Amino acid sequence: MANNIESTDYVSYLDYQGKHKGIFAWILATDHKRIGLLYMYAIASFFFIGAILGLLMRIELIAPGETIMKPQTYNGIFTVHGIIMIFMVVIPGLSVVFGNLFMPILIGARDVAFPRLNLFSWWIYILGCIMAVSSQFLRQGPPDTGWTFYAPYSISTGTNVIMATAAAFVLGFSSILTGLNFIVTIHRMRAPGMGYFRMPLFVWSLYATAWIQLLATPIVGITLLMLIAERVFNIGFFDPALGGDPVLFQHLFWIYSHPAVYIMILPAMGVITEIIPTFSQRKVYGYKAVAFSSLAIAGVGFLVWGHHMFTSGMSNTALWFFSLLTFIVAVPSAIKVFNWIATMYKGSIDLKPPMLYALSFIFLFMIGGLSGLVLGSLATDVHVHDTSFVVAHFHYIVFGGMGFAFFAAIHYWLPKIYGRMYNFKWANISWAIIFVGFNVLYFPLFIIGMQGMPRRYYDYLPQFQTGHVISTIGAFMLIIGFIMMVINLINGARNGAKAPANPWNGNTLEWKIPSPPPHENFDQIPVITEDPYNYL
Amino acid sequence: MENHSNHIEEPRDDYAAKLGMWLFIFTELLLFGGLFLVYSIFRFKFPTQFHQAALELNVTIGAINTVILLVSSMTVAMSLAALQKNNKKLAKILLLITVFCALLFLVNKYFEWGVKFNEGLYPGSDLMLQLEHGSLLYFSLYFFMTGLHALHIIIGMIILLVAYFKINSGKVNIGKYALLENGALYWHLVDLIWIFLFPLLYLIS
Repeated sequence: MANNIESTDYVSYLDYQGKHKGIFAWILATDHKRIGLLYMYAIASFFFIGAILGLLMRIELIAPGETIMKPQTYNGIFTVHGIIMIFMVVIPGLSVVFGNLFMPILIGARDVAFPRLNLFSWWIYILGCIMAVSSQFLRQGPPDTGWTFYAPYSISTGTNVIMATAAAFVLGFSSILTGLNFIVTIHRMRAPGMGYFRMPLFVWSLYATAWIQLLATPIVGITLLMLIAERVFNIGFFDPALGGDPVLFQHLFWIYSHPAVYIMILPAMGVITEIIPTFSQRKVYGYKAVAFSSLAIAGVGFLVWGHHMFTSGMSNTALWFFSLLTFIVAVPSAIKVFNWIATMYKGSIDLKPPMLYALSFIFLFMIGGLSGLVLGSLATDVHVHDTSFVVAHFHYIVFGGMGFAFFAAIHYWLPKIYGRMYNFKWANISWAIIFVGFNVLYFPLFIIGMQGMPRRYYDYLPQFQTGHVISTIGAFMLIIGFIMMVINLINGARNGAKAPANPWNGNTLEWKIPSPPPHENFDQIPVITEDPYNYL
Repeated sequence: MENHSNHIEEPRDDYAAKLGMWLFIFTELLLFGGLFLVYSIFRFKFPTQFHQAALELNVTIGAINTVILLVSSMTVAMSLAALQKNNKKLAKILLLITVFCALLFLVNKYFEWGVKFNEGLYPGSDLMLQLEHGSLLYFSLYFFMTGLHALHIIIGMIILLVAYFKINSGKVNIGKYALLENGALYWHLVDLIWIFLFPLLYLIS
């Protein structure tokens, strides 16, 4: 390859000696790549904690009645699992890790627009995480409201709701600042010749995500502040006994938290849109359609929050309107799926580990998306509302979608990040275990959900036990596969064979600089003269 | 290799800084937007009680505070213009006037809240909880909205004071005034929100 640079006489960002030493060279670094790695280590650790909590829930549910914990512990665990996984893992997730690591490189910049603000966002994120974790250990006991903090129970429960909501507020602030930074970076820092329609599609998806972060997060911020004030001062906004309206809380909460789902999934779709052309050696089919579908998902995503509340009490007009809009948001999502598949048509498909994860993403995302239409229809939603069908749908989208995209991204970019390659055989084996384990874990929940198994229940009728046992077996498979994957990746990053600058024959800018990238990314800011996916 | 120090010499992008500030102002408006939404819903639900409760506010103090904030918005804009004409001294004086206005606003607010507190009317008080639902929600909104706004006044004051000391030390100057400009933008936002709060809470009755 002509664009492979001999990589001997440069200082990589991993070896760079700044003015700080030791750990401070990392936690005070303003280099976007180091900040991306800091986020990755934090998020991976919290993901592991969240996964263990999930496993504990699955073990508890293996038989009806008390198995390993008391009901109140169970309530705490599903709440903590939700708070950690939603606010600390998947909402920041791909955009802060791979967005920070690669977005500036992909647009040909040396850093983000505000590097110090970027570091500040990480510190706020860590502060929020410490608050969220401490809410589990303070005296009143872990919050037991579920991650949604629905009023009026969240006003009356004696647990640490204030600390947990304050943590979510702080994490939201970090999310806003990252979004702001990315928008300004994408507007102002693109290399010469990099028009908006020459940006890699991962950047487009980050751009759409950043707007959602910016426009939706303040609403949940003020809502959580109101909830705190409600608990401290009895201001009455959400307390029916004082004239307030608990359904109002649900509206305000979902005005943010539904768009938040697109904060999670859009960067995931962006990663997949990078991986599929590389491993098919084909130009992305319908570049502009994919780019605009990200914006369309972001835009329409603001208007569908009511579908979380079909049974909460709304006018019939509002109900069918939200249902219609929910179906409309499926259109741009489907555009992406069709374009991914069309991109592979007549391509030379190479089933390396990143591609395996990307393909399983499409499979799982389709199951999650289609089951979402069941929930978006008014009549069927009433039947499956608040059952484990919802749990299965949500995990297919968020874990099967965002989680698998994260695994795909780390397998795709690890040789670039560390300059070393992992073992393909073990990567393939752990992929297979994770993929099978995932389906064994979550698919039975669709079935018992249809049959009437409620979600968040500690105990259940004996007829649901078969489904729960299968699901718990899947949970163990998943966690074994996950541990194997992590060991393989860590081993690859530390001791793997040296990776070339462009191991997958990719065409976007990160593959045109050495692995690992130099401290300044580019010696000379590149001038862009071609589209990012010119494979043919 | 010789390019490794480029980071420091990279051209400053004031436009980017301003764009970032505008985006942040967007989020602040949305933050208050949530409160305006709650206000309109409860006003719709309890129109007469909101009307009655609004009569208890002191329109005079509210009006004086509005004038104070409008003046301060003007002086901060003038301060920026003065700096752009390289009149450092005038810029500093005008900034101090702005901060003084902000302080005056807070003092007025202190007395206004103080009267209410003396009557036993504050969030969480027994009197509040005995009020009719509409009045309780009105006063909750009043304290919540003006309290959050006062917090923004304090943040704005801190930003402007930082700008003041940076003008003093010459770090903010005729060629490099993005900090002052962004501080002024933020201060206009604080002013703007009050322009909405004043009629909603004091005048509509």
